[in-house]
Amino acid sequence: MLANIDLSLVNWSRAQFALTAMYHWLFVPLTLGLSFIVAFMETIYVRTGNPEWKRITKFWMTLFGINFAIGVATGIILEFEFGTNWSNYSWFVGDIFGAPLAIEGIMAFFMESTFIAVMFFGWNKVSPKFHLTSTWLVAIGANLSALWILVANAWMQNPVGMHFNPDTARNEMVNFWEVLFSPFAVDKFLHTITSGFTLAAIFVIGISAWFLLKKRSTLFARRSMLVAAVFGLLASIFTAFTGDSSARLIAQKQPMKFAAFEGLYTGSHGAPLMAFGVVSNQPDTSKNYLPDIKVKLEVPNLLSYLAYLDPKAFVPGINDLVYGNADHSLLPASEKIERGKVARNVLKAYKEAKEKGDEAVAQTLRAQFDDAKFKSEYFQYFGYGFLNDPKSLIPNVPMSFYSFHIMVFLGFYFILLFGLVLYFLYKGNIEQKRKFLWLAVLTLPLPYIAGQAGWIVAEVGRQPWVIQDYLPAVAAVSQIDASAVQITFWLFTAVFTALAIAEVSIMTKQIKIGPKEEGGN
Amino acid sequence: MLMKQVFKRIFYFYYDGFRQMAIGKKLWLIIFIKLFVMFAILKVFFFHDFLKNRFNTEKARSNYVIEQLTR
Repeated sequence: MLANIDLSLVNWSRAQFALTAMYHWLFVPLTLGLSFIVAFMETIYVRTGNPEWKRITKFWMTLFGINFAIGVATGIILEFEFGTNWSNYSWFVGDIFGAPLAIEGIMAFFMESTFIAVMFFGWNKVSPKFHLTSTWLVAIGANLSALWILVANAWMQNPVGMHFNPDTARNEMVNFWEVLFSPFAVDKFLHTITSGFTLAAIFVIGISAWFLLKKRSTLFARRSMLVAAVFGLLASIFTAFTGDSSARLIAQKQPMKFAAFEGLYTGSHGAPLMAFGVVSNQPDTSKNYLPDIKVKLEVPNLLSYLAYLDPKAFVPGINDLVYGNADHSLLPASEKIERGKVARNVLKAYKEAKEKGDEAVAQTLRAQFDDAKFKSEYFQYFGYGFLNDPKSLIPNVPMSFYSFHIMVFLGFYFILLFGLVLYFLYKGNIEQKRKFLWLAVLTLPLPYIAGQAGWIVAEVGRQPWVIQDYLPAVAAVSQIDASAVQITFWLFTAVFTALAIAEVSIMTKQIKIGPKEEGGN
Repeated sequence: MLMKQVFKRIFYFYYDGFRQMAIGKKLWLIIFIKLFVMFAILKVFFFHDFLKNRFNTEKARSNYVIEQLTR
């Protein structure tokens, strides 16, 4: 199979999907978090009747509207790409993706788009409580939209609740609740939305800090900061906890990704956590030509503890996963590849028997796909059958390693920042802390970097898989002309860059205008 | 009669809302341009559904994918 695949097509399709997803993720997290911050602010306004809170709410609601308008529907392009560039994959997963995405369309999208009109047009036209309810429903709807697409992504990381139908070559959902409530889906949803909450909180704090530095609308800025810092602190602590539980799940279900982002080449009992490291450009010949990690700061036993809650537990490294480790019942990748080829051959023989009309043989082969032993010993490795070289199972180590460490470092920095904002607000001297205010302004791009790094860990770290263990990228891609993908790649780059520039310029203009005085003070 | 009143109120709710928008007009323009580029250019000229365009039946599509997965 690999011999027939144009790798430039696979790589351009990957690059295009990555570009679209990364640009899409510039808009989404702010919508997720700012919708809740606005809802909290409006709740305070409705409860206190203080018009200053209405003024605060309306300012941040305008920025929410700009981001929502420019970002809306950018995710649909991903669905275009599924049908055109990744048709084998779309077919293979169709029934699993169908339900969550249909629910997203019917429930979340309509909820969001109906009440957003009330949110923006309804001031002074509907009752304050109805307006507030609409604002909350927009926030809940936006986050529910994210739920369904994240459930679909979690299924790709850890496919559960499905059965492969060899007659159609599609996976069919047999247990919706297992798909929805798989630990991967729950963790992914909570980790992702709370990272969006963190981003939005830093957005509000950074802009409010700018107002304080300019000595403009200081009451507005301090109150905005207070709401954002409380929300951000809770969200970022929660993000740290869900990140910890996500890592434990990854250690169990995607050990190669875990080993790659931790830079663990050789497994050991009491594995150390690499808190810091510099990955060399030069491959280390003694370590299977993996890039050498030159400078490292390790904490003994901590990785074993974080992965398995046991400081002496064995954590497999990349080499254990490629070459196997009999002591720990780890199959070598070559064995998995052979088993995957057996599963593919059974599917091929079944198709041929059906075409020849040999019902007896077809029925015998068909029965294997329902047989638990065949499923666990062979079909579980179906995707490995498309690979020839065991080393192709190793993802890009430097990219995974750096992305993971940048994400974690920034996550802890954000917790510290929120804590300091609250401390200075409590002390009442935040306006005098000009260096700190500048730091808050300069922090604005960092949660975007952390979010993108998180997705790089999740997606680059699981290469070569599109669906973990079942479908690698080389088998998922459509047989189309690579030049067509290149053209749309550059088209997307132009369109999305224009949108990003529009977002920044309209937002900047609106921020400079500042909150309107209509609410009074 | 009551339904007519409700629809009239909803219509004027949106009509007044759009009329009074300041920054919103620019945003709507961006949204329309974006949707035009996405659906009238990208979807029509570049993003045909690969399987639906090539095969008319579900069976033909599944046969093709099985062939792709087993060759």
